[in-house]
Amino acid sequence: MKTPLSWLKDFVDLEGINLEELAHTLTVAGLEVEEIHYIGLPMPSGLQQTKVSGLSWDPEKLVVAEIREVGPHPNADRLVLCRLFDGEQEHTVLTGAPNLYDYKDKGELKPPLKVAYAKEGAEIYDGHQEGMHKTVLKRTKIRGVDSYSMVCSAKELGISEEHEGIIFLPADAKPGTPLADLLGDAVLTIAITPNIARDANIYGVAREIAALTGRALKPMPTDVQAAGPKIDGAVKIDIKDSELNPRFVLGMLRNVEIKPSPGWVQQRLRLAGMRPINNIVDATNYAMLELGEPLHAFDYDVLVQRAGSKTPTILTRPAKQGETLTTLDGVERKLDDFTVLVCDTAGSLSIGGIMGGLESEVTETTRNVLLEGASWNFINVRKTLVAQRMSSEAAYRFSRGVHPAMAPRGVSRGLELMRQWSGGVVDAGLVDEYPKPAEVVQVAISPADAKRWLGVALSNEQMSKILTTLGFEIKQQGDGLLVTVPDHRLDIETGVVGKADLMEEVARIYGYDNIPATRIADALPPQHGNPPLELEERVKDLLARMGIQEVMTYRLTSPEEEARRLPPETTPDDKPYVKLANVISQERTVLRKSLLASVLEIAERNARQRQRIALFEVGPVFHASEETLPDELQRLVVILGGQQQPADWQAADSAAYDFYAAKGVVAELLASLGLHGLKYEPGEHPSFHPGKCARVLAGERQLAVFGELHPQVQSQYDLGAHTLQAITLNLDVLGELVPERFDSRPVPQYPPVIEDLAIVVDESVPAGKVEAMIAQTGGNLLAGVTLFDVFRGDKIGADKKSLAYQLTYQHAERTLTDDEVAKLRERIIRRITQELGAQLRA
Amino acid sequence: MENLQTIREQALAALNAVQDEAALEQWKVAQLGRNAALTQAMKNLGQLSAEERPLAGKQANEVKLALEAAFDEKRSALEGARLRESLSSEKLDVTLPGHSIALGRLHPITQTLRRVNAIFAQMGFQVYRSRDVETDEYNFLLLNFPPNHPAREMQDSFYVEGGAPDNPTLLRTHTSAGQIHAMREYAAKDPGNPPPIRIVLPGMCYRFEQVSSRSEVQFTQVEGLAVGENITFGDLKGTLTDFAQRFFNANVRTRFRASHFPFTEPSAEMDVECFVCGGSGCSVCKHSGWLEILGSGMVHPNVLRNGGYDPEKYSGFAFGMGPERLTMLRYRIEDIRYFWRNDMRFLEQF
Repeated sequence: MKTPLSWLKDFVDLEGINLEELAHTLTVAGLEVEEIHYIGLPMPSGLQQTKVSGLSWDPEKLVVAEIREVGPHPNADRLVLCRLFDGEQEHTVLTGAPNLYDYKDKGELKPPLKVAYAKEGAEIYDGHQEGMHKTVLKRTKIRGVDSYSMVCSAKELGISEEHEGIIFLPADAKPGTPLADLLGDAVLTIAITPNIARDANIYGVAREIAALTGRALKPMPTDVQAAGPKIDGAVKIDIKDSELNPRFVLGMLRNVEIKPSPGWVQQRLRLAGMRPINNIVDATNYAMLELGEPLHAFDYDVLVQRAGSKTPTILTRPAKQGETLTTLDGVERKLDDFTVLVCDTAGSLSIGGIMGGLESEVTETTRNVLLEGASWNFINVRKTLVAQRMSSEAAYRFSRGVHPAMAPRGVSRGLELMRQWSGGVVDAGLVDEYPKPAEVVQVAISPADAKRWLGVALSNEQMSKILTTLGFEIKQQGDGLLVTVPDHRLDIETGVVGKADLMEEVARIYGYDNIPATRIADALPPQHGNPPLELEERVKDLLARMGIQEVMTYRLTSPEEEARRLPPETTPDDKPYVKLANVISQERTVLRKSLLASVLEIAERNARQRQRIALFEVGPVFHASEETLPDELQRLVVILGGQQQPADWQAADSAAYDFYAAKGVVAELLASLGLHGLKYEPGEHPSFHPGKCARVLAGERQLAVFGELHPQVQSQYDLGAHTLQAITLNLDVLGELVPERFDSRPVPQYPPVIEDLAIVVDESVPAGKVEAMIAQTGGNLLAGVTLFDVFRGDKIGADKKSLAYQLTYQHAERTLTDDEVAKLRERIIRRITQELGAQLRA
Repeated sequence: MENLQTIREQALAALNAVQDEAALEQWKVAQLGRNAALTQAMKNLGQLSAEERPLAGKQANEVKLALEAAFDEKRSALEGARLRESLSSEKLDVTLPGHSIALGRLHPITQTLRRVNAIFAQMGFQVYRSRDVETDEYNFLLLNFPPNHPAREMQDSFYVEGGAPDNPTLLRTHTSAGQIHAMREYAAKDPGNPPPIRIVLPGMCYRFEQVSSRSEVQFTQVEGLAVGENITFGDLKGTLTDFAQRFFNANVRTRFRASHFPFTEPSAEMDVECFVCGGSGCSVCKHSGWLEILGSGMVHPNVLRNGGYDPEKYSGFAFGMGPERLTMLRYRIEDIRYFWRNDMRFLEQF
């Protein structure tokens, strides 16, 4: 909300207050000042706790001046030359301001026009450039006439973005006065969070400032000079649903003259971000900005006419589903049955609390004004705003809640301003229909509450003082206080919630800074860790230690993107996606089903510029389920490709990642987690090469699938020259398998016997089977079996392979004899010869 | 006897002239070998009288030892010279680069999450995780966001197809959704006397926002929650200041500003003094000297009640922070999109 400093001064004395400090005080108290916009006042330099913008007007170069005569430009019809006095001397100033045309060739102006005058070197905004850009006024020639100074528009001074003519100053402004002394101001832009909706107005902010700075707050301006007859009988009100419309207030102003508002009013409205229209509309806006109660002005005579010259009745009711109304913005709106309409006997007039209709608006010819102030259910206003996709200053406030007590205050204020600015006469009294009075909220608090919530000892007197400055009424009750919530706010509830609400108010004004920081004295909860997370962290550490980089990817993707992980002719699995109902981008329409696809996207992104791809991610995939919420399943994916070691100037190419490199990662990971005795067997998975894919089984449960990606999958990604290996692992299964602990092995004290064993077997015999049989036959005394060579060739014969193992025999308590080793070797050879058809290789 | 002295002087003079190991070997043969003058002189000792023999023998032996010592000294001098020469010819260009190491790194967000979790773990806060896909009830309603409430505007949600009309399914907009799960789980252990809680809730969150250098459709968050019979706003300030001083630096100052979150009352935002400029104003803190770090507050009585904790008896504080923001500030990262793009040129810097 834009809050002009000059307007705040109507209600609280700000003499001697540093603006930056004030902004900071408001900010720490929950009224965040997002920006201070300077209108001519001196701006701070150095550290800026609050963002600043705007112009500082040089008191020498921007002054009040008077235009004494407006004459023609010799070479241009659309320009005029002004004879201007700046307090010291006369100048000839050239301008194209259209609002000076009327004064052209009228001779000496009596009285002269008071204007804002910028001299050479003054810093102003460029009026001719789109947007707000600062510039320094330079001497130039325009159409042959020397120009070194100018008369300014609102935009050039930074007051608003209007540049349709120059601004005129009050007639009593003295030429030569620095402009900043006359018009200097600053606008605080305050972020209004939902809990401080009561402060979305000047008076609300002034109230906060008064409470925070200990200065006096002037009374709310609600007096009205009503010299007219009693309003009774002029209009009736009929509220159909008091839940949706608890209060409706009307006041009357007769014999108005519609004209522009006074200059200072227009200035304030502009600074607050609204556009001046005419005195009546401006008064409704001014009163709303000042007190927070949105108002609506009807042309009374139109209503009388619509009522067939009888007493008009204003009624409010929910719209019929599909009912239409053309609002002030010219849009014909189809309404829902929860929208509340303000109507008369002839039909609908406006959408309650949001926007008026075209027909009954105040126009240039309006003589008598009926002014509405009402109270609306804010949830209902919100629903209508969303359904109608509309917004307005009134709706902004009503959708955050305005207390019903504000309705007559707003109407009175509006009527008084209209009277002052239009010359009309106000009817005595108001027509006030209030079928559902707001409940008076009372909350009991005591110093114990402050101690319990805030951890600070505050006396009843301290709390009472703080709350009183915010308008609460306080009564002593027992050991504590009975607090009555003032009727301008709706945010305080009853009971324990109310206590918390009041503690916030007390803490805010007392100052968060003044509450001492303490360490928790409460009991420490039972400590039990988070085993699944700890396992994930172990897995991440192990993989990083293997030189693999962790990635974190989007969990939102599209089925098209994920389809790339499968060969084109594959029928995708039938597990349904978790689909988004509201999509922000076609790339992100579903939650991912495949972590492999996520990491492959990253491999692709990096492939062209890297000789080595080694990536992993730990994260969830999402499967729609019969239950309300989908299954979220933790997965690990590793992608490997390119050189296993980075090349450098000495070591050129290292071995490339292949199936066995991937298997090494899987095996090392699982062994390091204490998992042994897992089964590796050929696997089937559409994303993998059918001959280069394995799965890892723990008993019957599949823990992981890994291998080389299917060439058709690889070709769907731009991978450069890389051939990728992938590992997918189910972390939920892993979590159930990883043992909490394991037994370590003692380091042998006696020397081992190490010997090689080379055999030839049929190609169809898996190496894993050979090794398992050797290990099993060797038993406890065979401490290690390591395959160190695989060889195929003519010497061995077709469909045969040679496997060479290093066997380590070891006894824990003594040195093995040659005889023992020989017997063991004999047994191993016999068994693999008989059962696997192996032949010993010479 | 003068002969022995002569032999010694001549031999040492010859050794002086020796320049390399071959000449040294020749010298050894010539001076200490079978045909050397000294050897001959020692052989001739037998011809001396029994009175002369012991003295002459002793003298001859002294000469021999002296020559042998001189030989050893010369040999190590020559060896030393040879080593120095060969070392100087083996000089490397130390400015050539070292070998490349394939270091595996953790994602910067994982690193930040670990630091955050570790600091809170030492204060007794344990990690509690909950799901990404939530119901409106857990993400909003039970956290004191009534339907159509203005506070909901601050968090635009992604909704999931097929949820219940009165309780839509959505992607959580904050990890606060886990607060209710955690409180209910703890309270269920002893509903009459629920145990105290001290947890952090890290996780991925989602908002319906256009992606830009400042905002993402998904982001991580760490929520914290402490509930007990004596938890105060002062404890909130103390705990979070302790955190800031561990996470940033031991002397960093913190500032608490009143704010608004529907699930806390009173609410506060914590700023820390800019650790780039030390509070004197720079582009990182936009010349304010302060950086916004987290939102926090005392748990709203309605939220406590919804979690199974009687707000008349229990109180608590909660806070939430963004690991991306913490990481961006710490390393002056200008674009939040780097995190999920995973370009190796970015990742390998951490």
